[in-house]
Amino acid sequence: MSLDSSYLTYPMRREGMDHDLYPPSPMPRRKPVVWPNGKAVAVTLFVNLEWFPITPEDKSFRAPGHMVTPYPDFRHYTAREYGTRVGFYRLLDAFAKVDARATIAMNAAVADRYPSIVSDVAAAGHEIIAHSTDMNGTIAGNLSESEERALIHAARDTLTAAIGTAPRGWQSIARSQSWNTPRLLAEAGFDYMCDWVNDDLPYMVATSAGPIASVPFNHELSDRQMIAVQQQSMDSVAQQLDDALGWLKQESARYGAGRVLPFTMTPYITGLPYRMDAFEALLGRIASDDATWFATAGDLVDAWKPQAG
Amino acid sequence: MREGEKDPGLYDFRPYRDRAKIEWPDGKKVAVWVSPNLEFYEIDPPANLHRKSWTKPHPDIVPYGHRDYANRIGHWRLAEVMEKHGFKGSVSLSVALCQHHPEVVADASALGWEFFSHGIYNTRYCYGMDEAQERAVIEDSIRTVREATGQRIKGWLAPALTHTPRTLDLIAEYGMTYTCDLYHDDQPAPVHVRSGKLISMPYSIEVNDHYGFFVYNMSPREYADTLIRQYERLAAEGEENGTVMCIPLHSYLIGQPHRIGPFEEVLRHIAADDRAWITRSGDIADHFLSSGAYDAVAADCARYKQGDAA
Repeated sequence: MSLDSSYLTYPMRREGMDHDLYPPSPMPRRKPVVWPNGKAVAVTLFVNLEWFPITPEDKSFRAPGHMVTPYPDFRHYTAREYGTRVGFYRLLDAFAKVDARATIAMNAAVADRYPSIVSDVAAAGHEIIAHSTDMNGTIAGNLSESEERALIHAARDTLTAAIGTAPRGWQSIARSQSWNTPRLLAEAGFDYMCDWVNDDLPYMVATSAGPIASVPFNHELSDRQMIAVQQQSMDSVAQQLDDALGWLKQESARYGAGRVLPFTMTPYITGLPYRMDAFEALLGRIASDDATWFATAGDLVDAWKPQAG
Repeated sequence: MREGEKDPGLYDFRPYRDRAKIEWPDGKKVAVWVSPNLEFYEIDPPANLHRKSWTKPHPDIVPYGHRDYANRIGHWRLAEVMEKHGFKGSVSLSVALCQHHPEVVADASALGWEFFSHGIYNTRYCYGMDEAQERAVIEDSIRTVREATGQRIKGWLAPALTHTPRTLDLIAEYGMTYTCDLYHDDQPAPVHVRSGKLISMPYSIEVNDHYGFFVYNMSPREYADTLIRQYERLAAEGEENGTVMCIPLHSYLIGQPHRIGPFEEVLRHIAADDRAWITRSGDIADHFLSSGAYDAVAADCARYKQGDAA
């Protein structure tokens, strides 16, 4: 079947991007960013703290990690809960050992169901960012604007009530957005989103409801991608992060500019007994390196924004 | 090609023994070319019935953003490492990148990299195109690269590896000398086309970084080790008869901070080994055509023809 002639027209073939969210920004053209105390690399630890209803809804798409078997899927429902009850506490203890502050992207349902988790996170000084309502709360281009707005507001309001202050940041499930998401997040008062994987540094995104920062987030540097999808070991993950840190330190020295190393953990993946020793050893190496700074998403934005030119 | 037939008739059979000897300049054993894909993927491309661009409803921002990483970060990191070790790129170019990111194209051009076409966008597929449409894509490619870089493209890698039965005949008719779309050999060889002279340039899907990381799920160090093994074997075999090793890359993959360090060790290894002719695809094609190798290989093929064709 032959193609319509419109297939060879390119209405967005122009200098710059094929959308208006942000302009191109080749790395060599950037003004160097400096982190507090002259640290070379901000290490941003993200945890996805999720609650999977045993009744998936598949509205936009089924979230990664969601139910697999015919109802009732005890296997996956409970294995995810294991992450929240057990694995997450192993991670909290591991962070405490090295005095690391992390960013916890939390489903509002977690705050609602397990308020003690919110106080434990707050007591440890970690930052909570909004991570939708629960794992049925996926967003994609086929979600209506009103449904998406309702979902964003529900997550924000539930977390605000649980934390006592409004979360400043947002991360979508599977980092999936619609055309409206950046605008709806700006409109809902969020300062930053952690969904775009196109950069190593923060940058500003323009929307008709005002600007919102994009916090660098690397979907490849995550236990889901490396361990659950690519079936690599925690030893291999740790080596890859060591290599990344080494490279970024060298780059930072060469260009006199701060760099960011993000890593995302899922409590039911990293928080298993046989993976924790290698993970804690990795955290220990990062913590004992003078070039590093454990930053939350908010710390990173606050350090970067005054320098953004 | 012979459309609709069981054997598309792209090239002749020639086993990997008793071959006419291919000699590379200065007695080198293996021609090594590095092929960064400089691409642009659209956030909202039109539908092609034969292939979907993105998995999720548009905008599918994770894979889109991943590829955008190349033009913001990855290219600059990869280009610096390649230049440091003396590797000029042979670029498979989404030619619309000349419009979207002229700085990336200008940088590659200033480094002395060669450009060949990888279509207009990597989200516009050739499946379903009629001849006039396919000619328009080829003419657009030639014109756009000439205007942006002054280079006349010599080669082709179909956008997202989407071909039609006409593609090879058409690119040869437009004067191109090599295709990177055929994966049947570790040495160049003639391709049957209606007019002109076209050769198959060994490109290797197997050691493409996308395959390494997302088909074989290798760690960066495993991938680096794979490339070194590939190099060592082809260099050793090249003692008898010159071979080609291509390293096809995407800077949104290899240019990530956890991968570029191990990859730099591969370039260091090859650059330090005097068996390698570190070159560009167009230079390999020029040498193959001008040194008599094309005719010698064609004569080789004739020895294996059967029946009336002999």
